[in-house]
This record gives sequence, structure tokens and C-alpha cells, in this order.
Amino acid sequence: MSRDSIGFTFLVSAALCVACSILVSGAAVGLRGRQEMNKENERKKNILSAAGLIEPGESVDIRKIYDERVTGIIVDLNTGQVVTDDKELFPDPQEYDQKAAADNPKMSIAIKPSEDLAGIKRRENYSWVYLINDENGKLSQYVLPIRGKGLWSTLWGFMALDTDLNTIAGLTFYEHGETPGLGGEVDNPKWKAQWRGKEVYGKDFETEIEVIKGNVNPESPNAIHEVDGLSGATITSRGVSHLLDFWLGNLGFKPYLENLREKGEKQ
Amino acid sequence: MNSRQKEVLTGPILNNNPIALQILGICSALAVTTKMETALVMSIAVTLVTACSNAAVASIRLQIPSSIRIIVQMTIIASLVILVDQFLKAFAFGISKQLSVFVGLIITNCIVMGRAEGFAMKNEPGISFLDGIGNGLGYSAILMLVAFFRELFGSGSLFGVQLLKLSRDGGWYDANGLMLLPPSAFFIIGFAIWILRTLKTDQLEEA
Repeated sequence: MSRDSIGFTFLVSAALCVACSILVSGAAVGLRGRQEMNKENERKKNILSAAGLIEPGESVDIRKIYDERVTGIIVDLNTGQVVTDDKELFPDPQEYDQKAAADNPKMSIAIKPSEDLAGIKRRENYSWVYLINDENGKLSQYVLPIRGKGLWSTLWGFMALDTDLNTIAGLTFYEHGETPGLGGEVDNPKWKAQWRGKEVYGKDFETEIEVIKGNVNPESPNAIHEVDGLSGATITSRGVSHLLDFWLGNLGFKPYLENLREKGEKQ
Repeated sequence: MNSRQKEVLTGPILNNNPIALQILGICSALAVTTKMETALVMSIAVTLVTACSNAAVASIRLQIPSSIRIIVQMTIIASLVILVDQFLKAFAFGISKQLSVFVGLIITNCIVMGRAEGFAMKNEPGISFLDGIGNGLGYSAILMLVAFFRELFGSGSLFGVQLLKLSRDGGWYDANGLMLLPPSAFFIIGFAIWILRTLKTDQLEEA
């Protein structure tokens, strides 16, 4: 068979494809364990950094701080109840994989397009919430996992709320595929620092927090609810606003936060 | 090592530098050179990919049908780049996050493709491998040079070690913000080309 015949061309391309796919998939499968572990560490690091317990770039024993200061609980997003101890639902709570649950029709609900502000299509029924203790072991913050569509990708992040359940203690995104330098600036420490101290709810617990276009005017009556937009990244900025709107709303953590608030008022 | 091997290996560093003379691979040279650490990892990755893809292309060069040779080269390069990306994610997670899309973009780095088409298609695997290493080193040399100036003047540090105390931390050195932005890499590469061509006048192009 000649080198440039059609048959040989097909043969070479088929052989090459098989060889390359074996190589690529072999590496992907073989290295998955390590990659997952890295991601898990990264997730813990981001919970801690959303809560302001570690500064970016600091090299500390993340697992140790995490174990000391963070308690993960599982919340039923429909009722707002804590269900970590429900042995029927979660025989082993540590094994609960929220990301997998969101894709599992039995563990999640489809969201109507009109209500799907975050663009995530399905929402899991149960979500992790991380309780952060201060040095004296007193509850100081709630860290809520959030996610939603930006321009190219789903942004995955955490929002830390103070015990007043209204003031943001920190916000961070740990996984996204936005344009580096534009939408990718959601990682920028300076931009993230702006979130600290902003209030998420206005009167009657309507979500007011918003990423606006341009810079926040400190004189504006709404300044406490507003964060500067990312320049050159209108759609990413809008995505962040919308995903916060979603996760602070009735389909998100609002039922849980309302429960907490009622409990707090009774005491 | 005979003289041809030596020439193939060291030639691209000064005499036939892929960035400074062939003006290839500029895109990533702008993107990953704000810090020496990322530039070093990127250099190693590009060198490995160029060398291995050259060797792989050269070893099957007599079988590759000419009508699909570019696609075959691309497939080999792409697979190698995915391998590198997977390894970085497993063993250097922090750096792989910083390099983000640029590891994937090695696929489109003209140096890799250019050497596969221009050298490996006509030569034995061994010498092609050396050619890949040589061109990778040439790329690395410029990358490290650019990163050296950008990190030193932009952040006052080298490999993350603070050498010049920054004024925002109470020191004397006022960081040059331009150095952290991509255009500064253009200036530095421009100066490097200028100096190189002043010293080696045979690299001058006719006006």
C-alpha cells in the first residue's frame, strides 16, 4: 500500500488516534487520585480563606486549621433544617458529595428557567454549610457554598456570613474558567476584599447585594449593598450578582437563614 | 557528541533563537513571565513537549501520509500537552492554577509545530529530540530573562524571595506596575533582540 493512498491514510490516523487516546486516558485515570486530593485541599483552603482565617500565599497546615476551626453540617435546602445527624439520609455524612448530588435526579430538583438566576439548571436538595469557630470555640461565621454561570464557565465559590446572617465576612471563588485578566479577576484579592462588610439583605430580607457597573459611589444609600464591577467583564460581574441572588433566595439558603434567625430571636 | 549534535542543541540559544530571531512563541512569553517560578515551569513544559513531539514525529515521519501530516503532528503535540497538564495538576497544583490556560495553549505554540514540520519531518528521531531540547532551551533563555526583569522590578523579588523591600510594606522600593502588565514583556524582548542583533550582525534583516 502506498504511503499516500486513501487506505493507508485512514490506517495511520486510526492507529495514531488509538495510541494517543490510550496515552491520554491512561494519564488521566492514573493521576486522578492525586488530583482529587489536591482539589480537596484547595477546597478546604478556600473555605478558610473565605472566612478570613488564612491569607493568600501563606503556607500553613491547612488540614490542622480546618479540623480545629471548621465544622461541616448538611442542610436541607427545601426546609432549612440541619440533617447531618439523620442516619437514614446520611449514614456517613463525610461521604456526601454535593457536586455529584447536583447531577443526580434523585438528590436534586430541576429549576424552572424563569427562576434559574444562577444558570445551574439543577439544584441539589442538601448542601454543606461550614460553621467557623473563633479562637475560643464560639461560633463566628457561616460559610455557604455558592455557584453559578459567568461568561464561559460555572463559578464555584464560598460566601462567609457573620453571625448577624446579613454581613459578608468574605467571598471567594475557587474554580472557574473565566478569561484571565478580565472575568478571571474574580480571583483578585483586592476585589474580593471589597466584599467584607457588605450587607446582603435589605428591608424585609429581600436580596439587595449587587455587583454594579463601574465603581460604587460611597455616598449612595445603597453603597452598603454594592460592589464595584470588574472592568471588561460585564457578564461575569452580572453572573456573580445573579448567583448571589439565587443562593440567598428561597431556592437557596434563605429558608435555612430564616430558621437560624427565628432561633436567635427566641433566645 | 559530534559537532552537528552540538550545533543542533546549542544553536537555538543564541544564534537561531526561536523567540529573538524567528519571533515565534511570543504569546506565552508575555503571559507567563510575571514570575520566575511560573516561567521556569512553563519553560520545562515547552522544552519537554518540543523534544518529545519532535522525536515522535521523526520516528513515524516515513509513515505519515503527506495529506494529513499537519493533523498528525497536532494530534501528537496535543496528546503530549494534555499529559503535561495532567502531571502538573497532580504534582504542582498551585503552579498549574497560575499557568491556567497557558499550559493548554502550548499546543498552539508555533515553536513546537514549527520544529515538528521544519526539522523532525526530515531528520532522525535522535537528532530531532536534541533539536527539540535546543529550541526549548532557546525559548527558556528568553523566558527566564524576561521573567527576571519583570519579577525583580515589578514585585521586587526573584523566585518569590523578596529582595527589594516594597514601599507598600514600609521599604524603599516603589514597585513598577507596568512590569506586571504584558506590554513590558514586549519592551524586554525588544531590547533583547536589539542587543543580540548588535552583537551578532548576521542576524540583521535587510530593511
